[in-house]
Amino acid sequence: PAAGRMFAAAGILLLNVFYSVVSSLYFHIGETEKKCFIEEIPDETMIIGNYRTQLYDKQREEYLPATQGLGMFVEVRDPDDKVILSRQYGSEGRFTFTSHTPGEHQICLHSNSSKFSLFAGGLLRVHLDIQVGEHANNYAEIAAKDKLTELQLRVRQLVEQVDQIQKEQNYQRYREERFRQTSESTNQRVLWWSIVQTLILVAIGIWQMRHLKSFFEAKKLV
Amino acid sequence: MLYLGLSCLLLHVLVVFGTELTFELPDNEKECFYEELEKDVRFDFDFQVISGGNYDVDCFVIDPLDNVLYNEKKKQYDSFSHTTDMKGVYKVCFSNEFSTFTDKTVYLDFRHGDEEPLLESMTRSSALTQMESSCVSLHEILNSVAESQTWYRLREAHDRIKAEHLLERVSYWSIGETILLFVIGIGQVIMLRSFFSDKKGSLAATT
Repeated sequence: PAAGRMFAAAGILLLNVFYSVVSSLYFHIGETEKKCFIEEIPDETMIIGNYRTQLYDKQREEYLPATQGLGMFVEVRDPDDKVILSRQYGSEGRFTFTSHTPGEHQICLHSNSSKFSLFAGGLLRVHLDIQVGEHANNYAEIAAKDKLTELQLRVRQLVEQVDQIQKEQNYQRYREERFRQTSESTNQRVLWWSIVQTLILVAIGIWQMRHLKSFFEAKKLV
Repeated sequence: MLYLGLSCLLLHVLVVFGTELTFELPDNEKECFYEELEKDVRFDFDFQVISGGNYDVDCFVIDPLDNVLYNEKKKQYDSFSHTTDMKGVYKVCFSNEFSTFTDKTVYLDFRHGDEEPLLESMTRSSALTQMESSCVSLHEILNSVAESQTWYRLREAHDRIKAEHLLERVSYWSIGETILLFVIGIGQVIMLRSFFSDKKGSLAATT
């Protein structure tokens, strides 16, 4: 009975996981094509990505779940261009990472297919769903683990949301500083170059006059 | 146990599905995203161009019968909502084909579903207590706060990228102009000298 309950719970959890993968936006990707998505996130934010691939079957003229051998290579780079996740998953997969620096993270997907016959000139259909921060939380799991009542779970969701909002605000402060530095840099550069160019103009003007005067005097024209 | 399981499943059913993606659109290319929707489902999407050239992109939405629901050229940002009148695959496409060498970075937020996000389905049919309804309104408010934060983050990214481009252009232009100044200044003198060195003999003869 206890083991049976555990299996049932595991089964239900698995069902939840797969159900959340089913309905999502999809796009087509070529065989050697690499599709990249950018996620600009504050630090200590979790991202969960679910994808599912389908291959076009010419005989049945429809898209069917991809064969076992076909997998997707997922590479995630952090804002400093350092690779924080680089793994190959099967035709269906789920990748998770947590950011440690705030900024633009790049998630790139490309298929690992080296056999040209698999694609048969067609395209691979990829269903992708990316959940960021608070949306990545699985509340059913949290409720079960911490044994929360409905009201407690609702409040917990509110706490998570507020947490995420606060992280985003901190990130905003950091970005505004960067923006201000760039603007001040531009301002200084414009100022300095204008002065230098004016001085160069005047200097060249004087040099031209003096040089030509001495040239004409030497030629006995003046 | 079964009740819990069923309600857990329902939990996922009633959540609003949505996907937010920021992707790069290379020049002269088109990128399409497809979504399979039921009949009478309301979907809304909004997009913003974050970087690249004039920060604009073509966008069009096509329904399963190949009718064009929305078609705008060279837009910087826009939003569109529609209630589907048939079941099928809806296509949202972005085109950068008018651009010859600038890549664009586009942010897309596609939301569909007609139920508000719920945590538990068990009390869905029964009335909510005051505490619960306060929680629901707080949740909605926080959702709009998060949305406005996303909006400002994108605008800030757009402005920051513009400012960085401006800095780059100021630097290159300044260096270029200085070089040009020197070249023209010295060039003029050399040319003038070359005029007089040829005619020196004839000028002396006429005076």
